[in-house]
Amino acid sequence: MGKRTRKDLPPKQEGKATEEVPKVPIFIMGKRYEVPASLTIQKAFEYAGYQLIRGCGCRGGICGACGTVYRFPDSHKIEVGLACQTVVQPNMYLTMIPFFPANRATYDLEKVKPDLDSLVKLYPDVMRCVQCNTCTKSCPMDIEVMDYMAAAMRGDLAKVAQLSFDCVMCGLCASRCPAEIAQYHIAILARRLCGKYIIPKSEHTQAMVERIEEGKYQSMLEELMEMDEDRLKELYNERETEPEGAGEDWTPKDTQYL
Amino acid sequence: MGGYPPELKKLIKKVAETRPARVERKKRGEEFPTLSLREREERLKFHPDYKEESRRELRVGPNKGYAISPEAVDLLEAKSRVDPDQIDLSEIEYETDVLIIGGGGAGTAAALLAQEHGAKVIIATKLRHGDANTMMAEGGIQGATKGNKDSPYYHYLDVVGGGHFKNTPELVHTLVTEAPKVIAWLESFGMMFSKSETGTMMTLHGGGTSRKRMHYAADITGAEIMRTLRDEARNRIDDIRVLEFSAAVELILNEHGHCAGAVFYNMETEEFFNIKAKAVILATGGSGRLHIQGFMTTNHYGATGDGLVLGYRAGVKLCFLHTVQYHPTGAVFPEQAEGLLITEKFRGAGANVLNIDGEQFVNEREPRDVEAASLIRECAVVGKGISTPTGKVGLWLDSPMIDMLKGEGTVRKEFPGKHILFRRYEIDISKEPMLVYPTLHYQNGGLECNAQCETSIPGLFVAGEVTGGVHGENRLMGNSLLDVCVFGRIAGKHAAIFAKERAKEGRLTLEHVKKYHKQLEEAGIAPERVAPMLLPDYSNPEVRERQLTAHYVGTIR
Repeated sequence: MGKRTRKDLPPKQEGKATEEVPKVPIFIMGKRYEVPASLTIQKAFEYAGYQLIRGCGCRGGICGACGTVYRFPDSHKIEVGLACQTVVQPNMYLTMIPFFPANRATYDLEKVKPDLDSLVKLYPDVMRCVQCNTCTKSCPMDIEVMDYMAAAMRGDLAKVAQLSFDCVMCGLCASRCPAEIAQYHIAILARRLCGKYIIPKSEHTQAMVERIEEGKYQSMLEELMEMDEDRLKELYNERETEPEGAGEDWTPKDTQYL
Repeated sequence: MGGYPPELKKLIKKVAETRPARVERKKRGEEFPTLSLREREERLKFHPDYKEESRRELRVGPNKGYAISPEAVDLLEAKSRVDPDQIDLSEIEYETDVLIIGGGGAGTAAALLAQEHGAKVIIATKLRHGDANTMMAEGGIQGATKGNKDSPYYHYLDVVGGGHFKNTPELVHTLVTEAPKVIAWLESFGMMFSKSETGTMMTLHGGGTSRKRMHYAADITGAEIMRTLRDEARNRIDDIRVLEFSAAVELILNEHGHCAGAVFYNMETEEFFNIKAKAVILATGGSGRLHIQGFMTTNHYGATGDGLVLGYRAGVKLCFLHTVQYHPTGAVFPEQAEGLLITEKFRGAGANVLNIDGEQFVNEREPRDVEAASLIRECAVVGKGISTPTGKVGLWLDSPMIDMLKGEGTVRKEFPGKHILFRRYEIDISKEPMLVYPTLHYQNGGLECNAQCETSIPGLFVAGEVTGGVHGENRLMGNSLLDVCVFGRIAGKHAAIFAKERAKEGRLTLEHVKKYHKQLEEAGIAPERVAPMLLPDYSNPEVRERQLTAHYVGTIR
């Protein structure tokens, strides 16, 4: 491949900043770079010249690839954020932690009971939590990690599930835990147990699966599959739409295709 | 430093002024009139797909003469990343029954079903397991689970209506009849759907639905599906092996014309290696990172259309790739959030789309293509868009209405992801609207397959966004999460059965790659470009120019 010139590059350069934006110094793993002040940490890496492979995923704050730790020279505080969501600030010393080792238990969900015993059996570390709150302070999603760990120690799985629901599994909690716990693995186990055993099953879904398996809709669907476009359009236009404000008890006028 | 600047704050006041009356109308059930099919056609003239320069004909391959986006054509008319003569196919690094390329929703669902059908599975993915558009889908998953008011019949009608009646009927049939099963399947894995106290699934409307059948898990439905499926795959570690940071660069065929593996590139050590398999599933997802027509995108970092390239070179036909989906509402403010998906669920929950005067100009629940075209028209033709400080243009999405309609705190509770995100920028979306504009969202078309996910190449299966047909020319909200689960499962099952019953051992070959190169040459195309792209190029071009000893193959060193 020849040397690339500017015009070969796609017009949309996410890492490129507009000229007017003032630049600020940041320290990527201790090394100083000057980057436009409006960039996120992720785009600042790219502006500095990195082609990200680790530490970049959805670029939208949900995949947990880009957990980042930073601090300022005049502060004792360790701060955290997702690189794709956090705007650079002058003099931040930062590093991404794209991976942190954490052991995960394997289990057969069908055979695990939703109680404290199974949680402790799979993750004995649960009980090592000293409730120091470092995890909560290191969560870029503002999850009350310590509180869900407390709930876990009580065996209140529903509470763990509810409090940990926004977890992106970036691993920053585990990276800072003095008790060496992998909180986020415990949390997903609790959520799955809660989803499977504690929250009531949706009976209407099961009922519909049975109807489909009985072949109830087969002939009407086959009719649609064979139908010419004009007739399909008519049916489409005539179909009744459930009103926006309708409650669960709403039923359509035409019930022959239900 | 955060929040809306004063000039936008002033405009927000206009939105607040018209809000009480709009909320009252909504409460009375009075909606902004929806467009008829004929009016939709008129409106679609403003859709990016209908621009004259939006398509170019392919000059090589099984779809020669087919016009699709120039960005996709460039990709397909590129050379392989490797010289096929340099690859020693007698060196096999891994061998397995079923090889799955792509570790998103479709790939992972496929792995689970292949394993259940007795196969040893390798998932190879170029980033991490779960790095995929599935993770980012927010709104929900469709399925006619409520028999008192809905059935697969109505789901079918909605799907084909959204797809301009062009969808492949057998695929739609499979999608809508498998939907309730998939939802029950996800529930059995402990996925936390939003439910009532008695277990009734909460369901909402999406654009173009006739019944409320959008099931969800707050506003992170895709993430919840992805992390649950991934967790389940990790429980089956004895049979499902995951290779991360391993990007497929070519499919390997054998002398019988069967697909028998793939050539991979280790993204970190920059080595190439081969995996041999009895059956292969391409589940590589979409291509938003091609930035078609310069649009921003909601897509994952790795959405570069790799599977299209691999499949097309091996001889699989493309279909429905002439249409591209623009999500009507991507964030345009603040700059850091640009392109970010603002889920359709906001509109499903009642939020109006408004112009600079705080007035409605389109019903907020039109199918996506019609809705996106309406937003573009309002800015470009009517001239009632709102300009941002960075020179972008957008329209208001009035999220505060939702709290007024459904009770204080609803936005915070139902949209925790977006609420937190905007709070970081000092914007409370339960009090102030968001600025949005259409953003590149979904690859409506892709590789052709049947309802068993088989392609024209024996042993090659496809599932998810890389395929075409099920959504016709335009996908409806909530049907992509459904698509990846339904067809991922089917691909996994049928690939496992193929591996057991139909796979034929034979000499491995990359002859198809050589042939493709020859076709390019004969067509007078001598591209410097290589494909698959693997990752988009966002690193600083000035820095690249100074990397005097670096050798770039496409975007990757």
